[in-house]
Amino acid sequence: MGLLEIHLRQRREAGRALLMPYLTGAITGDWVDYLRAFVDAGADAIEIGLPFSDPTLDGATIQEASHVALSRGASVRAILAGLSGLELGVPLVASTYQNLVLHDGPEAFCGALRTAGVDGLIVADLPLEEADEVEQAAADAGVDLALLASPATPPPRLAAIARRSRGFVYAVSLMGTTGERAALSASATTLAGQLCESTDRPVLLGFGISTPDQAAQAIRTADGVVVGAAIMRRILDGASPADVGAYLAAMRQALDQEREPAS
Amino acid sequence: MTDLRLRPRDLPRPRDLPIVRPAGTMSDPGPRGKFGDHGGRYVPESLVAACQEVEDAFRDAWSDPGFRGSLATLLAVHAGRPTALTPAWRLSAELGITLLLKREDLAHTGSHKINNVLGQALLATRMGRTRLLAETGAGQHGVATATAAALLGLSATVFMGERDVERQALNVFRMRVLGAEVVPVGTGSRTLKDATSEAMRHWVTCVDDAYYCMGSVVGPHPYPWMVREFQRVIGEEARGQCATELRTGVPDYVVACVGGGSNAAGTFAGFADTAAQFVGVEAAGGAGATEGRTGVLHGFRSRFLQDDDGQITEAESIAAGLDYPGVGPEHAYLRDLGRARYVTVTDAEVVDAALRLARTEGILPALESAHAVAWVIRAAESGELPPGATVLLTLSGRGDKDTATLMELV
Repeated sequence: MGLLEIHLRQRREAGRALLMPYLTGAITGDWVDYLRAFVDAGADAIEIGLPFSDPTLDGATIQEASHVALSRGASVRAILAGLSGLELGVPLVASTYQNLVLHDGPEAFCGALRTAGVDGLIVADLPLEEADEVEQAAADAGVDLALLASPATPPPRLAAIARRSRGFVYAVSLMGTTGERAALSASATTLAGQLCESTDRPVLLGFGISTPDQAAQAIRTADGVVVGAAIMRRILDGASPADVGAYLAAMRQALDQEREPAS
Repeated sequence: MTDLRLRPRDLPRPRDLPIVRPAGTMSDPGPRGKFGDHGGRYVPESLVAACQEVEDAFRDAWSDPGFRGSLATLLAVHAGRPTALTPAWRLSAELGITLLLKREDLAHTGSHKINNVLGQALLATRMGRTRLLAETGAGQHGVATATAAALLGLSATVFMGERDVERQALNVFRMRVLGAEVVPVGTGSRTLKDATSEAMRHWVTCVDDAYYCMGSVVGPHPYPWMVREFQRVIGEEARGQCATELRTGVPDYVVACVGGGSNAAGTFAGFADTAAQFVGVEAAGGAGATEGRTGVLHGFRSRFLQDDDGQITEAESIAAGLDYPGVGPEHAYLRDLGRARYVTVTDAEVVDAALRLARTEGILPALESAHAVAWVIRAAESGELPPGATVLLTLSGRGDKDTATLMELV
């Protein structure tokens, strides 16, 4: 079991709902300060987007964030260099698209993640059938390759995804792209429930989770949440690390309150 | 076959149409959709089931003589197939070769795009879908999709980059006249690449009622294979026509332009088991096969134009239909095998070739198709094509849409 999964399991077993905020790498000059603010606000892991020119699974907000970061000269190399030696105290999970993994080859890519201290990897356009090569390279480098499950995934396939995923299983809450939504979709609860029944691997629910209420609702079935577009929209609108930290702290509080009666 | 009372929802059952089951290169890429290392299905998990459903439906339909018969009928009575094979008499004499033109410019809507779209629209109705989604660059695939939707009583939504919406106002108007909704895409380069990304994003939200009608031999499995099969009609007709027209039966060279590469794939497929040499002609500014490196975009692995960091770069060509930074996975494979070679021509050569074909043969080709003509002219004049060589060239579309561009240059 990789470091990411060990860490997430320990926190879950301690009765904590998991919170994984997302940041598009190199979105601003002081982007690393956002990561520190995430940790201070109670993040259990952090997802770092390695921006790609054609993010087909992302909605308008993360598309714009990717575009802004790339316009500032962001690259995989530069972002990983920025992460090296940070020692944030929580695991980092890189998230990107297969073209960037293939660019130098999966082995070199996963090796670079390891060197930069990144423990996990999400590849948006890498379904089960195509995952072998990256799966092997990630395992060799000691990086957990987390797979995604969606509301359209049939049950036998869900079980296979849960079995082969490492670190956690990323439950995509709805049929759509990343982005804020007014309410948590019904499909989110169904999917998270199905996954939690078929695996004891941590299940994180993402896509559309924007408010403390939605997050609290999500962890009634899932082990934790991923928050991306809601953070990136704030940053694109000029929010400082402290502003985003305050937003996340409110979410942390809602998660802790939701867990309290049970623990 | 030519029942004039035909209504689209009431297509006649066919007689005994032969089903061609090809073997070897350019055959079924199998359940993983692999062409060597290329192809595959690199889509978000949310689209895996939808792609599988399209694949299952296509496999079922393509082995059903009923489906094939309905499609053959539509291709005949609506699209005007078979298209002519025209000997280019005067240009051949000037170049010292025998040049035959497969006239996809004569197909309804003005290009080969209709072959694929009729097949996919028929498949969509068979799957119970009521709505077609499509991406378009120059607008030819969008117009063909809008046409097929109107014919079969479906609705159509076409995603088109804002830059192309401005450049191709005529085709935007045609699509709207045909009843399609045109959605301008303002992200990224605001051209075909971004229109495709946006169409895929939209597809995720409506997989239950919408069918994604991809315009070229690109995208996740089964699209590259399925679109090639729907375009195979070009090659099969040409094969039969060459057998009559040429003493040797098979041309020495088979030449077609390549953006994503659907007219080339369909043409090559008809000659896969012959010794004909395949040449795919790319735009110098959009040469995915010639200059790209291995990557993954829009659901498939192939060769793509990209920068040193792995970001996809923009293609740039006078022919909007070739403005795609990649090439269909089967072309990347044919190149790896050495079965086809890929070359480039410049915008200037293309314009000269279009005008020369217009003045020698009375045919104004689409600027996309003029790429193939330009290479044949260059290769014949340089001696790369031996004197007396026989060349089949697929003229994928007509040049009417390009008159505004040409007016600025001529």
